[in-house]
Amino acid sequence: MPKLIKDRVVVDDAWTLLRDAASLDDLPAAAPVIVPLALWQQQRDALAARGEVGVWLAPTDDPDALARDVHRLPLIAVDFPQFTDGRGYSTARLLREKYHFLGELRAVGDVLRDQLYYLQACGFNAFAIRSDRDANQALTGLSDFSDNYQATATQPLPLFRRRGIGEGDASSPGQPGRR
Amino acid sequence: MYRYDQYDQRFINERVVQFRDQTRRFLAGEVTEDEFRPLRLQNGLYIQKYAPMLRIAIPYGLLSSAQLRTLAHIGRKYDRGYGHFTTRQNLQFNWPRLEDVPDILEELARVQMHAIQTSGNCVRNITTDHFAGVAGDEIVDPRPYCELLRQWSTFHPEFAYLPRKFKIGVSGSPVDRAATLIHDIGVHAVRDDAGEVGFRVLVGGGLGRTPIIGHVIREFLPRGEILNYLDAIMRMYNRFGRRDNKWKARIKILVKDMGIDAFREHVEADWERVRGGAGVVPDEEIARLASFFDAPPYEDLSGEDTSFRAAIADNRAFSNWVKRNVFPHKIPGYAVVTLSLKKTGVPPGDATSDQMDAVADLADAYSFGELRVSHEQNLIFTDVRQAELLTLWGELKALGFATPNIGLLTDIVCCPGGDFCSLANAKSIPIAESIQRRFDDLDYLYDLGEIDLNISGCMNACGHHHIGNIGVLGVDKNGQEWYQVSIGGDQGERASLGKVIGPSFAAAEMPDVIERLVDVFVERRQEDERFIDTVRRLGLEPFKERVYAEAH
Repeated sequence: MPKLIKDRVVVDDAWTLLRDAASLDDLPAAAPVIVPLALWQQQRDALAARGEVGVWLAPTDDPDALARDVHRLPLIAVDFPQFTDGRGYSTARLLREKYHFLGELRAVGDVLRDQLYYLQACGFNAFAIRSDRDANQALTGLSDFSDNYQATATQPLPLFRRRGIGEGDASSPGQPGRR
Repeated sequence: MYRYDQYDQRFINERVVQFRDQTRRFLAGEVTEDEFRPLRLQNGLYIQKYAPMLRIAIPYGLLSSAQLRTLAHIGRKYDRGYGHFTTRQNLQFNWPRLEDVPDILEELARVQMHAIQTSGNCVRNITTDHFAGVAGDEIVDPRPYCELLRQWSTFHPEFAYLPRKFKIGVSGSPVDRAATLIHDIGVHAVRDDAGEVGFRVLVGGGLGRTPIIGHVIREFLPRGEILNYLDAIMRMYNRFGRRDNKWKARIKILVKDMGIDAFREHVEADWERVRGGAGVVPDEEIARLASFFDAPPYEDLSGEDTSFRAAIADNRAFSNWVKRNVFPHKIPGYAVVTLSLKKTGVPPGDATSDQMDAVADLADAYSFGELRVSHEQNLIFTDVRQAELLTLWGELKALGFATPNIGLLTDIVCCPGGDFCSLANAKSIPIAESIQRRFDDLDYLYDLGEIDLNISGCMNACGHHHIGNIGVLGVDKNGQEWYQVSIGGDQGERASLGKVIGPSFAAAEMPDVIERLVDVFVERRQEDERFIDTVRRLGLEPFKERVYAEAH
């Protein structure tokens, strides 16, 4: 079974990503599946009745299309056709912050170790590492930094709202002075 | 200046560790060339024509003497003993080895410097007015806000893979010395009627193939909302900016295609969603940042220094230097001094490691241990006592940094060009030098007055040729280097884009072409007109006629 990083642990991936499914006939009999947005939009109720269905979004798909589905979808995947295409980062933030999606948010496609930290900060909690790379090795990418200046999915307060709170010495270098 | 606390220091240390590991994996073949490219670019590392080029950030142009000494040391140890100051307040080394870059970054981190996001499709170094904090015309000191934006943009997780590079310029003065109108986002610190500080925000300016002056997206933004608002602009760009064509990928194209009004509507809708939330910057944070930029301990000097006045009267060479290279300071008895990196025969913006060390010593002796880098590729001491200007001038002359040409024709802004850059179509440095050699008569240069001459080796426009009063663009015609000339460009609050005068020229013709343009100006100018004023009044025709009548 393919491997997946989920909630910072490498696990077996039970889900099947259906990149080209265009109708219900293209779906396997059982097994949890991740379907394209277009198919979901055509067959919402039939798919929901099937249970264990997730939807994947292409970079050009507007997360607004899932606004009324976020509460019933256990999984939304965001595709990265190339890792340099950064649109999925904004898609993820909107799903978490605007639409309050609480389920599994999975990065799929050209997903590599060196992008994991930022992906996680934008709200992804699952990563289908590209199949020619080792998920266990990639795992360390989630720990490249210990904190962020900005608000993230796991720390809603930006650093400027936390500086000097709790950590006693945070204010000492802030003494006025030019040199 | 700003000093790192434990967080800032930890982040850049972690960055060095991260990049060291990425470089190791690349050299071991575990990461492909394509996968490594954006990683190295976001650490300032280009692969250039002859060697890698490392671009080090000088955030909003501010440097301490200790930092400059480290740059000098790096130039000596890892490069060929010199560096190049760029038009975006960065410093470039042209000959480092890829294997050494993690060590260089580690040395930089020790003096609170880095090369983070100086390249790649991300938010680049934040730039500002090189006279920030000392200019008499300033409304708001932009530096605390620059530091706020530096932190916000550093490792911003959502905006590391934008369609294209993204440049933000900040100004706190009505005289725009930071070329904010040609930035992807221009931020003007202003005050409302009640005296509250806020921002005018511009978007979609830029040079390159499609030069455009930025549009105002919001006249007044409450200061606490700045990051929420910039997030909303960036999110629009990240989601909808073109990714299919590198030449149409900048935000200016998106704004142009949507229209500024539709663009604004979308941005403001997204801003409404987060307005007033956790992303609001509290006044305490702004005060904390501002405390780093408190004025240095100025002496209480009563007005103009008399010995300085006397020296100006006695010494013509000194007086010329003061006229061109010294700018008034808001504090009586102090002055702002520009060190010209535009000596004829030296590539504009270049400084050797020995010169950097010497400048660091002078900064300690004369200007509270700090200096600035300008987007015109010069260095600045912002806090020099008038009484010490004469001795400082002597020291700068010995260093080769006292060429009294600031703002004049020979203060040429110039990219590294085809001598170094793999993007360039043509060389730019030899063109600059040939023009400097032609105009070697200082009296004549003074008589000509202010003329901005900008040279770019390709349409990426690193030399900002569109906003030069005279702009020179290197082009490739059938494998040969040619130069297209435009006139009428200007920077600042009256920013305008130059117009091309006609077919391009061979390198050898360039000094003649510039001379003919200047001749028309000298013959036709009225009273105190500057070159740009005469071009605006007369239009292109008389200049064109003269240049092409004699050239062809």
